[in-house]
Amino acid sequence: MAVKFKELFSVFRNGIWKENPIMVLVIGMCPTLAVTNSAENGLAMGLATAFVLISSEIVISTIKNFIPANVRIPSFILIIATFVTFTDYFVKAFFPTIAASLSIFIPLIVVNCLILGRQEAFASKNPVHKSIADAVGMSIGFTWVLTLLGIIREFFGMGSVFGLQILGEWYNPMVIMLLPGGAFLTLGLMVGIYNHINREVE
Amino acid sequence: MGEFSQIVLLFISTVLVNNFILVRFLGICPFLGVSKQIETAFSMGLATTFVMTLTAAATWLINTFILEAFNLPFLRYVAFIIVIASLVQFVEMFIKKTSPVLYKALGIFLPLITTNCAIMGLALLIPLNGYSFIASVVFGFGAGVGFTLAIVLMAGLRENLEFGDVPQALKGVPITLIIAGILALSFMGFAGMISV
Repeated sequence: MAVKFKELFSVFRNGIWKENPIMVLVIGMCPTLAVTNSAENGLAMGLATAFVLISSEIVISTIKNFIPANVRIPSFILIIATFVTFTDYFVKAFFPTIAASLSIFIPLIVVNCLILGRQEAFASKNPVHKSIADAVGMSIGFTWVLTLLGIIREFFGMGSVFGLQILGEWYNPMVIMLLPGGAFLTLGLMVGIYNHINREVE
Repeated sequence: MGEFSQIVLLFISTVLVNNFILVRFLGICPFLGVSKQIETAFSMGLATTFVMTLTAAATWLINTFILEAFNLPFLRYVAFIIVIASLVQFVEMFIKKTSPVLYKALGIFLPLITTNCAIMGLALLIPLNGYSFIASVVFGFGAGVGFTLAIVLMAGLRENLEFGDVPQALKGVPITLIIAGILALSFMGFAGMISV
């Protein structure tokens, strides 16, 4: 039992740092760059993606033996699209302001390579409990990068974090951080720092 | 303003002002993944433009005559993704039969297009903006041309980067993102040129 738990934990930990979906696998970049102009949006996008990833990995790893190999990709996409529709209606009903600022990026979770990639690489080959560990790990890995990117961009772009004003009147906001250019630059530097830390540790 | 000039403005604004990659953040995966050489980047752009134009037409028809006519908006995402996936498959088979040369050039890129968020984003933006059929097709074509422009520019920059002295930690993905950032900044110069 102890060995099994250790194995599960290493699967779980993988997504958070060592095989981080954004930093290392470089997938799911569109929402990462597009919606992170504030910490709140980044976190919301991360959680929405996490919900879809976890539920679809559970369903797909459960029914993987019933899906014929030839049509597995279309089947995966249909299962994912169903959960995305569910998420979209849920967010629209309970968090209309977040739904408005994320706009088409919630439906675009359907084509987020992270989700389909994990189904193909993990859920379709592993039992349910392992798939849950993988999905939760990857979701945390995805969400922390999005939230951190959102915090950095919001801090420099508006002087606030999660809508809370931190820097006073004297601060002259760097509007560029909220614009597309700032998103690319910040993420580029973040991946650079990530690589640097990894090299230092080795 | 006449309808024709409206369409021309829509085309220009889709290519430059609201560039799909650099302003709307759609299609970043192929933009980063397939932009190492100008030649392959151009093929990818060509394949994407082709599929985008067809997708715009197909999803407009399905949205107007099936989803809206029968009041089925909750099926939108499922329907669109099926249309895109089968369209890509169909285009692949068609090109394979009719033009082996083109198939050789585009072949490996076509399956990748299914999960390209630019295509799905295009399908979602059309009902959101309420375009007419012709405007939708022009929008799809313009989006494809904008995509090709950005990815070819990027490939040109990355080819030159081969000779650059990049700090160890920034090699690979980070420097690519930083270049994309500078490219996005320069595209901001088009902002405000046209507002449609």
